Amino acid sequence: MDIGDFIKKIENEIEEITPGVLKADTNYRNIPGWSSMHALIIIALIDTEYNVTITGSDIRSCQTVNDLFTIVKSRV
Amino acid sequence: MYNLLNTNAYIKAISYFLPEKVYTNSDFYKNFPESHQNKDNLNKIGVQKRHIVKSNETASDLAVKSAELFFKEHSIKTEEIDFLLFCAQEFDHYTPTTACIIQDRLNLPKTCGALDYNLGCSGFVYGLSLAKGLIESVGLKNVLLITSSTLTKKFHPKDKSSKFVFGDGAATTLISTRELPNGIGKFVFGTDGSGKNKIIVKDGGARNAITETSIKDFTDEYGNTTNDSSFYMNGTSVFIFGLKTVPKIIMELLEKENKTIEDIDLFIFHQANLFLIDSIRKKLKITEQKTFNFMENVGNTVSSSIPIALYEAIKCGKAKKGDTILVVGFGVGLSWAATTIKL
Repeated sequence: MDIGDFIKKIENEIEEITPGVLKADTNYRNIPGWSSMHALIIIALIDTEYNVTITGSDIRSCQTVNDLFTIVKSRV
Repeated sequence: MYNLLNTNAYIKAISYFLPEKVYTNSDFYKNFPESHQNKDNLNKIGVQKRHIVKSNETASDLAVKSAELFFKEHSIKTEEIDFLLFCAQEFDHYTPTTACIIQDRLNLPKTCGALDYNLGCSGFVYGLSLAKGLIESVGLKNVLLITSSTLTKKFHPKDKSSKFVFGDGAATTLISTRELPNGIGKFVFGTDGSGKNKIIVKDGGARNAITETSIKDFTDEYGNTTNDSSFYMNGTSVFIFGLKTVPKIIMELLEKENKTIEDIDLFIFHQANLFLIDSIRKKLKITEQKTFNFMENVGNTVSSSIPIALYEAIKCGKAKKGDTILVVGFGVGLSWAATTIKL
């Protein structure tokens, strides 16, 4: 599992992100217009790509893209 | 089910009714200008407009209108109806049963049985199972199933997620008898009441009276505001519930029916939202051609979403006579059910 890949996948799914802007230490709440829809997109992406379930409270407790990636890695 | 009478239940006809008032996405963005920058992502929900009841319209009003339309649209007479099933979550009075009031308003025969049952998004599939039992075990001929929702009345004005997703409406479905088998197939059911708080109007029922705290607003981390006397849905939890549960019950049903995904001509999911349905579809590797969605102009109409989509699928030729259609409902309760229908 590679974080670069993980970031690329998120960038592909979320319309407002210009590719290359999202970094491992980006706080995803700073994505323009961060909303529950973004949370659903990330939950679905991680479910289909990694077969891992992250919950609403995971998204609440994490801050950065890397925090999420760490959770995914630990549950694969 | 042991069929005592060698008659088989099937869906004979459907009609539906939507209230007049329309709430479009441009109305939504006027109410919630901060959501406009999120427009491209919100488009993935698949809803452009919804129909909304007036404050003095009830679920039974929509039910009666959809049934009146039904008797006009199809060559079926009210005196042919043996039983009325009314599925809603908003009933006219504490007592009596709203289905009894609907029987009178529709002038259904006094020999007709009538009952209410309270379910949301899984309600249509549960209704099919009850109707099938009444026909194949009790020996009735014509069961009228009316599903109706006026959920938007319970929305907090600042609950943007709910206001975007849901619409009101009612559908009338006639389940009748024929000699051909498999009109309504086997069922898979499920319930998880531990998820009761995921979708709830907490106060104002028998458990909690309306008090001062009922109207105390709270806002979630995504800026949706509601209170305990209004509708609440934990969107992310319900999304995960759908993503996990629906593929599982579809596989359970296919196993019970000794069928594979290839044997199904069309899948109609409860029209929760397009993004969830697409995620489920991709998980099961079902092609887009094998699904039919109808929510762009109506939103998520709760228990009527499947019959409305089915009506439109038949109308546009996507669902044809002889097709096997898998339908699956899931939502508030939490509650879920799936079955197959042969047209």
